[in-house]
This record gives sequence, C-alpha cells and structure tokens, in this order.
Amino acid sequence: MRSWLPFEWIAAIRFLRDGWMQTIFILAGVSMGVAVIVFMSALLTGLQANFLSRVLSAQAHLVLLPPDEVARPLRAAEGLVQDAVVQRPSQRIRSIDQWQTLLRQMQAMPQVAEATPVASGGALAMRGEASRSITLTGVEPEGYFRIVRLPDSIVAGQPRLTSEDIVIGTDLASEIGVGVGDKLRVTTATGRDATLTVTGLFDLGNRGVNERSTFVALRTAQSLLGLTGGVTSLQITVRDPYAAETVAQLAQGMTGIRADSWIRTNLQFFTAVNAQQTSNTVIRLSVGLSVALGIASVLVVSVVQRSREIGILRAMGARRGQILRVFLIQGGVLGLLGALIGSAAGAGALVAWHASVRQADGSQLFPLIIQPQLFVIAAVLAAVTGVLAAMAPALRAARLDPVVAIRG
Amino acid sequence: MADIGAMAPEVVCLQGVCKSYGVGTPREVEVLHGIDLVLRRGEFCALIGPSGSGKSTMLNLIGLLDRPTAGTLFIEGHDTRRLDDAALTRLRGRSIGFVFQHHHLIGAFTAAENIMMPLLLDRSRPDAAMRRSAERLLDRVGLLPWKDSRVGNLSGGQQQRVAIARALAMSPALVLADEPTGNLDTKSADGVFDLLREMNRESRTTFLIVTHDPRLAQRCDRIVEVVDGRIVADGAVEEFRRIARS
Repeated sequence: MRSWLPFEWIAAIRFLRDGWMQTIFILAGVSMGVAVIVFMSALLTGLQANFLSRVLSAQAHLVLLPPDEVARPLRAAEGLVQDAVVQRPSQRIRSIDQWQTLLRQMQAMPQVAEATPVASGGALAMRGEASRSITLTGVEPEGYFRIVRLPDSIVAGQPRLTSEDIVIGTDLASEIGVGVGDKLRVTTATGRDATLTVTGLFDLGNRGVNERSTFVALRTAQSLLGLTGGVTSLQITVRDPYAAETVAQLAQGMTGIRADSWIRTNLQFFTAVNAQQTSNTVIRLSVGLSVALGIASVLVVSVVQRSREIGILRAMGARRGQILRVFLIQGGVLGLLGALIGSAAGAGALVAWHASVRQADGSQLFPLIIQPQLFVIAAVLAAVTGVLAAMAPALRAARLDPVVAIRG
Repeated sequence: MADIGAMAPEVVCLQGVCKSYGVGTPREVEVLHGIDLVLRRGEFCALIGPSGSGKSTMLNLIGLLDRPTAGTLFIEGHDTRRLDDAALTRLRGRSIGFVFQHHHLIGAFTAAENIMMPLLLDRSRPDAAMRRSAERLLDRVGLLPWKDSRVGNLSGGQQQRVAIARALAMSPALVLADEPTGNLDTKSADGVFDLLREMNRESRTTFLIVTHDPRLAQRCDRIVEVVDGRIVADGAVEEFRRIARS
C-alpha cells in the first residue's frame, strides 16, 4: 500500500488489478476509441490547415473593389420608364475612387494586418510568333508579398519587380518559350505595350494560374492598363482569417464600396469543411458514447461481483461516499489510461500513415500537424467520460444495503 | 443471567427491540418481538436457536447494519435512535468487529492489508503504525509468515483467523461472530474457537457468537436462546448443562 494514497485510490487500483482481464479488455476498448478520435481529429486538422494555408497564401482575405457599373433606365418623365429592357453594361477597368484615403482607413482598422493596392486587367503576352492572354497584376511587392506569398513559389530567378520586370508562371514560360532574363512583350486592350524582363518563374501548383497570372510593378500595370494613379482593388489580410466576412461588412459599411471576403468567394470550401466537421463530431460522439458504455458495463459487472466485499467494507465502517469514490476513480483511471494509450497509438498510426501515403511525385500529402493540446483534451475528456460513466454503477455500489450484500 | 461481568459496564443494551419487515404493507411480518438483552464488557456469549428464529436479524441490529422498528438499542451507551447513517457507520467502524461464516476477506488485498482495512477506512491513509498493528495481530493468530500472501492462497482456517484478526483491528468493544466455525472442519473449528476465547480473555472484548453447534455453545460463558423472535432462555452455560442433564 502506498502511504500517500487514500483508501479510495488504493481500493480502486487494487480492484482494477484484481480483475486484470476485464481491465485489459476495457482498456483496449477505450484506447481504440481514443486512438480513432485522435487519428481522425489530427488528420482533419492537418488537412484543413493545409488547405486553408494554401488558399490563404495565394489570395487576400478581403478585396475592396470598385462598384459595378449599372445602366439607368431611360425615363420619359418623372416616374415614367420609357424603355423597360435595361441591359447590363460591360464592366470597364475602373479605378477605386479615393483609394489612398480608403487604404489609410483600412490600415488603421485594428482587425487589419496588411493592406495593399493592386491594379489588374487582361493583356496579351507575346514572344515572337507566340502569344497568350494573361492577367496582368500590378503590385507593390513589399506589401503584396506579405499577403500572397509569391516568393515561396518562385522556382527560378527571383521575385524582383522594378518597373521593367515581370514575374510569370512556369506553364506560361514553357508555352511561349521564355526563361529568366528573357524579354517579353505585353500589350493591353488600350493599345499600350511594354517590353519587360522575366525576373522570376513561379509555380502555384495550379496549371491555369501558372498559365495566366503575371506580376509586374504597380506603376507598370497602371501605365499599361491606362489607370494612371489608379488601382482596381485593395487587397487586405485580417488578423483572424475567420473574421474576414465580418471585417468585410464593416469595411463596406465604412467605405460604401464592395468588399468581398475569402469566405464568400470560397463558399464551397466552407461547406465542405462544415460537412467534415459535422461528420467528425458525430463519429467522435459515437465513439465517446461507446467508450462510456463500455466502462459503465464493466463497472456494473464489477459492482455485482464485489457486492459482498462492498457489504463487508460498509460493515467495517466504509462510508457511502468512500464506496462511491472507489468506483468513480476506477472509471476515471480507465478513461485516463485508455486516453494515454489511445493517444500514443493514434499518434503512432498517424505518423505511420503519413509516412506511407505519398503524392504521385513522392512528396508528402500534407504537413503533419500533431497538436499537444489534442492529447491533453483527449485525456481530460476520456477521464471525465470515465467518471461520468462510472456514476451509475458507483451509486449502485454506494446504495447497497450491507445486510443484503453480505448475505449475497 | 451469567455472573461473568455482572458489574462490568454495558456494551450492548436492547430494550423492547422489535423488528418487522414490509412495514405498512399487507405482507408486514414481525420477526423480533420485544427483545431485552444486556451484554457487558468481557462477556463471551453464544446466541443459539433454530433457523429462522431471528438470530441473524438480532445480530444485524446489534451490528448497526439495520435499525429496529421499535425499542431502543444502546451501544457503549450511545442511543442509536439518535444517530444518523453517517454516525452509525462511524460507531460501527470503531466499536464493532465482525466475523462471518464465510470469512468475507477482500481478495484484492493481502492478509496484512485486510487486517489494516478497518483502520484505513477510519483514518483514510495507511501508515507504519497500522502496518505494525496488523502484523502484531497476524502474529497473535499465528499467521505472520503469510502477511504478504493474497488471502485467496490461504486455507479456510487461516482465512477465518485473518478475519478474526481483522475484527479486532480497531480494538472494538464488541465482536459479533455469525457461525464463525460453520465452514470449517472440527479441528480447524476448535482452533478458531480457542482463538476467539483467548482474544476475549486477553482483551476483555465482548463476543456474541451465533452458532448451531451445541458443543461450541457450551464452551461459552453464557448462552442466549432465541425461538420465534423471542429470548426463551438466557443464562450461564452451567445452567444449560444442568437443564440438559435433568
């Protein structure tokens, strides 16, 4: 007997050791349940974090755009519409009015981490006989690269953007046959053109993006697109990406111009995430319930098997509370031990799975994220579940009439 | 009434104790009818009677495992009617030891730990003094070499000796023994009974022993006979022998 342990702990541990076969089986059950929860949770967390990181490192959380141009119905007189059919006008490339003021307003918002102007529009990239239509994005590299981590995706050259430089995707480079240091002629619909030097090639992991996207200095884009001093959008990152929609509404209210959050533009992704989380929660609850029922059933059997011993303990002076605690502790210990073993098994399975499953090119599927708090939460929840599951058998044990229990 | 301990303090006092089961239902049945009994310090008393006469019910009431329906029960001067469940449990743990027909030791613990159990329940945490006390008792019942043995590995007689040692662990005023030799062969039964007797003489602990064995009952100082829930005879064992001879 350990002298620092009170009676309840000593009895609980001895009872568990005495019924070692039952203890091993229920521990195996609890461990498997916890392992499944840990494995699934870590897997989904990793998948979501990876997807989120990919989405958010390639786009701003929030984009402020000029309002759409609308056609007004022709009116013959006050309240009388002469021509009821109103066609939506084509949208010209327009600058955001007073964008410098808006930019300062956005930068002053506590929720905003970074805000930068962008001028973008369609253009044609030409090299000899080859030409491709491209999206020309003019940026201020310092600010923009803090929002879109383009430098991380550079596979050749560097992300240098002076007024005569251009950074293009690997697929566009191979299609029109240019490399780092080569010249590329860019023409826009306004008739303006410029010959720029390719300073870097990027690979954003998407063929369409690699074919169409190009990056130049803001002033170069403004000049080519005919937007002298103007910008087509303000790109913003917020401190909490999940609060982007709220900040968008706030910004729209403050400025009166359109604000699109990444949440709204990636609605399908969020629907998928929510569906995943819901199914994950249902599975976790089901496994948790199975674990609880397993612990409860083992302890109910234990109470029946030990009813005489409980009776004799009561006869020797054990209080109802002491008997209650003996069984609650057994539930808690089963839950906690099961959680520790299950967490280790779940983490091991996760590492093994991550090492064995690879992408077609041999690279890892996604970075493995094993959060220590997941194990702490699993341990605490399993111990609490064990205690709660033990409540019914423990109450039954505590309420046993010693006379009846001893008589058997 | 036996002469032994006539002037000694009362350990148990029952006054008009009745016990009914199914109270308030059509199946209500009274199994003890107005029992009056006093047990004094150091008495070694047998409780005899046919099966179903109310011996075990009486033992449960005196052992504070059950409450009388009517009458008063004093244990070491405490009026048990005034005590709540927690206080009864405390009084039971400190003043009363139990020895059962089936030893009812706790299989998950060793012999020494089983003896320590009443002390542990009372003081919550084990200490060296408890251990020493348990070993002293084990030595007294001749089982010190088995102190660390699981009780399941001991013979029936050894287990009953451990149970006796456990009943005496708190140095209680009263030990209630329900057929303590009922499961043992004659030789072991005699050994266990001798041990109870020695303990009674050494510690002046009061013993109330339920037995069906007239041979063992006659080795007690006093015999109380219960028939149909009433005490029909109560006296020194010599009186019983004289009545039996006549």
